[in-house]
Amino acid sequence: MTDSEVALLIGTRKGAWIVRSSEGRQRWSTSGPFHLGATVHHLVLDPRDGQTLVMALRTGHLGPTVFRSRDWGETWEEATRPPAFGPPTGDAKPRSVNHVFWLTPGHPSEPDVWYAGTSPGGLFRSADAGLTWDEVAGFNQHPDRETWTGPDDGGTPDGPKLHSILVDSEDPTHLYIGLSSGGVFESLDRGESWTPLNKGIAADFLPEGEHDYGHDPHCLVQHPAKPERIYQQNHCGIYRIDRPETTWTRIGDAMPAEVGDVGFGIEVDPRDPDTAFVFPMDGTDVWPRISPGGRPAVYRTRDAGASWERCDAGFPREQAWFSVKRQCMSVDGGDPLGIYLGTTHGSVWASLDGGDSWAEIVRHLPHVYSLEAVPCGS
Amino acid sequence: MRVVIPTLLDRYTEGQREVQGAGGNVGEVLADLEARYPGIRFRLVDEHDRIRRHIHVFVGRELAADLETPVGADDTVKIVGALSGG
Repeated sequence: MTDSEVALLIGTRKGAWIVRSSEGRQRWSTSGPFHLGATVHHLVLDPRDGQTLVMALRTGHLGPTVFRSRDWGETWEEATRPPAFGPPTGDAKPRSVNHVFWLTPGHPSEPDVWYAGTSPGGLFRSADAGLTWDEVAGFNQHPDRETWTGPDDGGTPDGPKLHSILVDSEDPTHLYIGLSSGGVFESLDRGESWTPLNKGIAADFLPEGEHDYGHDPHCLVQHPAKPERIYQQNHCGIYRIDRPETTWTRIGDAMPAEVGDVGFGIEVDPRDPDTAFVFPMDGTDVWPRISPGGRPAVYRTRDAGASWERCDAGFPREQAWFSVKRQCMSVDGGDPLGIYLGTTHGSVWASLDGGDSWAEIVRHLPHVYSLEAVPCGS
Repeated sequence: MRVVIPTLLDRYTEGQREVQGAGGNVGEVLADLEARYPGIRFRLVDEHDRIRRHIHVFVGRELAADLETPVGADDTVKIVGALSGG
């Protein structure tokens, strides 16, 4: 892909930026900010048209909303009906969307469909490319939803979240979602009904024993060419499942004990279902959530998690305390594969050789909340 | 009545920092604004008609508790972003 170029769509705590490559990913130029001052939780390109950008944002004062752009950020159009919960049913408490956290384009056979995950945990669907949003009632009004996820004001820092909305590339009715907390849930009917999928997942913050729900998946990634394979970075380890298996395998057990297998993001090589990448963070003691020992590194498996190798060439060797959030690890599909990390310190680190070596290609942005590597637009 | 718009919302009002409003209470004033400036209300009020946590609406010198707070024709309604965040 030496002639192809890449755009990095970067959402931060204080706005969004787009970084474009040139000269075969050797030079990088930054444009923006877009929506300076707003917290941009996710900025995603529609791969079906290669043109529509959808952005989830809020500010400290104002309510959450969604914007879209069809000219790579030159102009933005606000959703006329952003994601919002309907009136409560029965004795339920009224729910209010604090922020839209996650965006996923729908199946290629459903061109204008998008899904959104919110904090507190809610699932929404748009059928008009992000302009109007409706609740996916099968999840949001599921009688067990609060039992699965806990209360809206509990748990996760910055609020409980629905994330990692996966649409099976071979079946538009087959969905997976991640709930922090709550666990992984699967639907075979476009979201009308849901089943927990958490067997084999540890939850050391719950009473001992197996639990059907209540877990804390941090990020799920489905292999694009092998959709039955899903990797999961969880609060309690790294896992893999190959459907129709129903029990996850803890592949993080093969990580070095002094590093552990806690992290936020996880990514895969789109050409090799056995190759995955994680960025470990310190999940010991009080959960500092920074690079273990102040020595940042990506870990790579090439055998579906049977073994891991440390990839730290180019990263600082000591006293570097950044971390990488769950939407901040992305691959470009190039050959050799480009991998990109957006950090809590406002930098973007890139590897253009499949993880072997790393360089800081952008610095001094605000705290990065999301990063998506996509084919470069005009 | 006068309605004072904060800078964080003036892109909805085409840059105007002060507009004329109408209505007998805060809810009616915001509905009137929404009719002319679509999208502005949801940024201020959640899906259950609660004024958002970091938004203050003053009627005269008094902080409005909710959308039912009465507004007189001669009052000034001032919408502000409360201190928040970092």
